[in-house]
Amino acid sequence: MIKFLNHFLGSIGAAALSFSAMVGRVSIFTAQTLRHMFTPPVYGRELLISLMNIGYLSLPVVGLTSLFTGGALALQIYAGGSRFSAEAVVPQIVAIGMVRELGPVLVGLMIAARVTASVAAEIATMKVTEQIDALVTLSTHPMKYLTAPRVWAGLLTVPFLVAVGDIIGIMGGWLVSTQSLDFNSATYLRNTINFLQAADIISSLVKGAVFGFIATLMGCYYGMNSGRGAQGVGQATKASVVSAAILILAANFLLTQAFFAA
Amino acid sequence: MITLENIHKSFGSKQILRGLDLDVKQGESCVIIGGSGTGKSVTLKCILGLITPDSGSIKVAEEEITQTGDRDAFLAQFGMLFQGAALFDSLPVWQNVAFRLLRGSLKKSKDEAREIAIEKLRRVGLSADVADQLPGELSGGMQKRVGLARAIAADPKIIFFDEPTTGLDPIMSGVINDLIREIVTEMGATALTITHDMTSVRAIADKVAMLHRGKLRWHGDVKDLDHADDPYLTQFISGSPEGPIETLR
Ligand SMILES: Nc1ncnc2c1ncn2[C@@H]1O[C@H](COP(=O)(O)OP(=O)(O)OP(=O)(O)O)[C@@H](O)[C@H]1O
Ligand SMILES: [Mg+2]
Repeated sequence: MIKFLNHFLGSIGAAALSFSAMVGRVSIFTAQTLRHMFTPPVYGRELLISLMNIGYLSLPVVGLTSLFTGGALALQIYAGGSRFSAEAVVPQIVAIGMVRELGPVLVGLMIAARVTASVAAEIATMKVTEQIDALVTLSTHPMKYLTAPRVWAGLLTVPFLVAVGDIIGIMGGWLVSTQSLDFNSATYLRNTINFLQAADIISSLVKGAVFGFIATLMGCYYGMNSGRGAQGVGQATKASVVSAAILILAANFLLTQAFFAA
Repeated sequence: MITLENIHKSFGSKQILRGLDLDVKQGESCVIIGGSGTGKSVTLKCILGLITPDSGSIKVAEEEITQTGDRDAFLAQFGMLFQGAALFDSLPVWQNVAFRLLRGSLKKSKDEAREIAIEKLRRVGLSADVADQLPGELSGGMQKRVGLARAIAADPKIIFFDEPTTGLDPIMSGVINDLIREIVTEMGATALTITHDMTSVRAIADKVAMLHRGKLRWHGDVKDLDHADDPYLTQFISGSPEGPIETLR
């Protein structure tokens, strides 16, 4: 029994230690990333490619996700609201739900799935095939050449993606409401616009920037620290997506608390 | 030019280098031979600072590598061909070759860089047609030669070649051996080459260093290779399974 307890406590201790070591490594990596993001040289071509891959090419995924979610949200609120004859609040709740929470979170998670995974796999493959070593010998800092442009792209484009997601989500709700729930189109839009406040929109964009930063940073971190061989690449990709998703949800909670818990 | 003293390196519990000493003079072509997995590639990476040794001292041009203030200037002296070529697969061949010439302190105009790249490709026996292809579209031996062209593109003072002729046909091996010899004699570069190909050793080397079990086993002039009385070296050169080097490693 004592032995079992010892073992149990020991494994908790080991997990706590490796967790705090991990937090330390990620913090150091984050600080290095920030330093390389704000010091020259800037690799313009890499930055453009990253903006394209991370921002522009994510638009379809973001659009579709938001459209369906906005539509579903309208149906749920209508059904739920009608139980106490509050069906009329559909536009307001869809707007606030999309802009404050679902828009940023869904876009963040889709970016974690699409961008984090591909960044991690790409960098890990470069690591495994010695391309990262080759960069160093060619006097090019891998953090500057690979990490900085990707994290910049995440930080700059994801707020835009979130804005697009918010708008398309609201449009999804509007479509469903006007087509199958007999809402008046003009009233619906007016209610939406009158209800939303600047703080809602600002919080949405700030969340987007934070999530974009987390998603790209995690992809780079796990890619750069990948193990050897194909297995190393697979492991790095999996770990990057899982930790990006969890960190995004945790950050979302903290940001919501900071913005709206009065 | 390059001096290694008592270098130790382990990965986990696996000891790779166990007190390696090596000395390469300026303008000399040194060839490292030794069994697979004895740490030859690791040695090169230690000198470049890609792997940090557990203990020991590495000096390049009389200066401890951990104490060089300007990493960029330090690395700018080197050209390195990796064992697996390590080409950037998102960039076309010519941009791989001219990588160093397209950014940083050695930056040249795009046209000029491309011209140099094509010239270097020609020197490793590749025609200008491959310049705009992606590395993934080339054969293994062609990729290796692109890696070689990239290593010599900025005319470095010190060049490392990790198995430059592995995977090449005998004629191409000959071309590459001549090229390496030429770089050393004409440009006065210092070269450190790893190879398993005894023809290459004789064609390229001034000095030969044999690694065994993480230590320098034999070191001497290439002309003394055949009448050295080290049983390990003799076995290695003759490629005989009988001898002091165990075949199960
Ligand atoms: N980053 C690393 N992590 C763990 N082990 C490593 C690492 N790099 C090299 N090794 C191990 O070090 C040993 C020596 O590797 P190295 O690549 O130097 O061999 P080598 O002498 O170049 O062999 P070959 O002639 O086959 O290329 C191998 O057992 C390898 O598994
Ligand atoms: Mg090797």
